[in-house]
This record gives sequence, structure tokens and C-alpha cells, in this order.
Amino acid sequence: MLRPFTLHRPETAEAACALLARLGEDAAPYAGGTELLLLMKLGLLRPPHLVDVKRVSGFGDIADGPRLTIGATVTHRTLERSPLVRARCPLVASVARHVANVRVRNVGTVGGNLAFADPHSDLATLFLTLDATVELVSPRGRRELSLAEFVRGPWETARRPDELLASVRLAPWPVGTGAAYVKFGVHERPTLGIAVAVSLDGAGGRARVADARVAIGCVSPRPARVEVAEARLNGVAAAELDDVSGAAADAAAASVDPADDLHGSAEYKREMVAVFVRRALRVAAARARGAEPSATFPYAVVA
Amino acid sequence: MAGGQALERIRVVVNGSSRELEVASHALLLDVLRDTLDLKGAKRSCDTQVCGACTVLVDGQAVSACTYLAVEADGRAVLTVEGLADGESLDPLQRAFLDAGAVQCGFCTSGMLLTARALLRDNTAPSREDVLHYLRGSLCRCTGYRKIVEAIMTAAGGSR
Repeated sequence: MLRPFTLHRPETAEAACALLARLGEDAAPYAGGTELLLLMKLGLLRPPHLVDVKRVSGFGDIADGPRLTIGATVTHRTLERSPLVRARCPLVASVARHVANVRVRNVGTVGGNLAFADPHSDLATLFLTLDATVELVSPRGRRELSLAEFVRGPWETARRPDELLASVRLAPWPVGTGAAYVKFGVHERPTLGIAVAVSLDGAGGRARVADARVAIGCVSPRPARVEVAEARLNGVAAAELDDVSGAAADAAAASVDPADDLHGSAEYKREMVAVFVRRALRVAAARARGAEPSATFPYAVVA
Repeated sequence: MAGGQALERIRVVVNGSSRELEVASHALLLDVLRDTLDLKGAKRSCDTQVCGACTVLVDGQAVSACTYLAVEADGRAVLTVEGLADGESLDPLQRAFLDAGAVQCGFCTSGMLLTARALLRDNTAPSREDVLHYLRGSLCRCTGYRKIVEAIMTAAGGSR
């Protein structure tokens, strides 16, 4: 059961932000409700006002450009099926296909997922490897923040009470980049999410890693890129990538800040980071070489 | 508007019949279906969008009625398990579930049927893997899924 609230349905970002500014802490932005309504049913959140942002014009759009702009109220289902997303950021569409379950994907939104900042978000981890930025709108104007600055910690973001997340912008990888997202776990939410991307420079035997990206989610208080692992990979010859991926994975495991919880002990999670970063890198390396490995791991999804 | 208790008038096509309802903003679709319309097929179980027992279709897409505001269904078509059969004639999925013995206690069955209906609308020739992918988040604690998957594959084959 939900406690009563007043539902507002503004049709412009200006009207929505004006409502948030006027109602302050009494209002919560609402889109798919897949996260918010759960906390409201538990009584952990009791907002007297919900501001539905699904009718705000422009928030449901996906637009191409130097970067791919995804509106806040685009659902996971739309993300999975969008021809534009499939063409420009195919791994994003593949990962969207595996978010939670079909019911959540049908109503849950990209903006809601990011703004809720659940540390077990698939999209936040993946988007970090696409140099994502978020656009925030308020009565004071617009500002753009990197996703890393936006997500501050578990369920905590840099969004101010009168601001709305309007869109997220992704910088697609260059053609020929091999990438993979691997998530592992037996619960509804993943225990571990790993996103990697490897761009090669040069052809055949002379190919080297020009740009490696590794992001880890679910394990630390917030998802993060792992620069020590990326540094291990950059400049490595493509032929040696499989060997070096073990050292990069160990460096990644040393960098995380896990806690004991229902998903497992901190020690276990650290070990799984080493295992799955190595596996994800090998899948990405094979894809960078134009191969599609038939990688299946127990209790894991490879996108 | 005191206390946010104002009622909103919504128009919903439920199992093919147009209904005009007055619902509170905070009313969940599951409670309106079960308590106002007396349609008990959708079940409240986990109440957190994990199990699938409350699955209904809104404009053909599966949603968790336990975590979906009734006002969101305004202007849309809702299908519950009670609307699957055409009079006395069972839906091919229902027939296939019976033939395969895909039902034990029955608590998950309405959600399974509707999830499968949504799958076959999206994909008329699903692979076994497609079926398993779509059923993620639809929990059955009796059957081990094998017969449910078999039934859906049979119904898909029959409707091709």
C-alpha cells in the first residue's frame, strides 16, 4: 500500500522545475516508479507530492550528434530496440536487454536508473566507459556534469532538489573497438558488473591498444573507472592482450572497496572482480579482433 | 485535494470492456483489479517486481501491477488472465500449459501466461533461449520451469 500523495504532471521542464522549486523536500520526481514506488511502499520515502516527468516534452527523445543523447524518460525497452542506439552504441542496447526483468524494462527509465543511483545499476557502470555526462535543468538554467561527478555514492547524486535530470550523453567508441559488459550474481540485482572497451591502433601483428577502458559496478559504494587497470592495458600489443588481462584484472581487484553483504563477503567479491575483469577483457579483446567468442559463465550474463 | 486524496477519473479497457473508474492517485493497479473489479488472477506476492505473480499486460506489454499506479493505465488496454480465453475457447497458451502439465500450485500461472503472451506478441518464433530470457523474473517454485518453457514453445509453434 502507498500513502496518499498529490500527483503533478507538468508538460515542460520549466513547469516541472518550478514545481520542484516550490515544493522543495516535499516533492519527488517520478518516472517509471520501479525504484521510487518500492521505497514508498516500505515507508522509507514519504513524499506528499510526486512530479511525473514522463509528459515533459523532449525527455523521451533519443538524438544523434557527435554524442548520442538519451532523454531521461527513455525506457530500457526503448533503449534496447532503438535503431539509433544499436547503430551508435550497440553494447548499450545489448545491456538494456538484460536490465532486471521484462516488466522493469517496460516501465523503468534511463534517467530514473541514474538519478536513483542504486550502486547495482548496470547502466551507470557501462556509461562510465562511454564518458557519459548528464544534463541537469533547473529554474536557474542548465548544467552538465560528468556521470562520475553526478553519482556521489549509494543512492546519492549531485542533483539539487529543484533540478531534474534531462538527459544523458554518451561518446560512442571509435569503429573497431571491442567491448563487453559482464554481470554476475544470483540475486535480482547483480553482485558485480564489469564494463570494458579496448580500441586497437594499427593492423594485424602491429596492432596495439590505443585506448582501454575498465569500469566496475556493484562492488564499491559507487561505480568507477579503474585507471590502474587501464594503464596496464594501454600500449600493449594486441597479441599480448590475453596475457596482460590477468595483471590488469588483479590491479582492478586491488582497487575496489567491497563490503560484506548478502551478495557475499568482501574477500569473495574482490576475488570475483579479478575473475570477471579478466574474462570480460578476453571477450572484448576477441571482439576487437573481429571474433565473437562463445563465452558463457555460470550465473553470469555476457553482453 | 486535502491529503492528496482526490479521486481521478480514468478510462481503461479491461479485458476488452471499456471501464470508467474513479481511483486515488496512490492506488496501485493490482488493488484496483483485485478489489474494485474483482479480478483475482493477478497475485500479490513479492511486492517488489521480482517474482512476476502480479503480471498483467498494459497495451500488450508486461508490467508488475503491484508497482504500477492505476492512473497510469488511463487511456490504455489492460489484459489480465481472466481475459485470455475467448469465451469457452482457451487461448493456445492456456491449452499448451494444460497439455504440458505446466501448472502445479498455480500461483505463478497467470503471470507466466501473460508474460508468454507478451513474448509471442514481440516475437512470433522465439527460440528456447528467447523464452528463458523473457521468463527471467517470473518465478515458479514448483515446476522447475521445464514444462512451462515446453508449453510456450508448443504454443509458439502452433500459432506460426
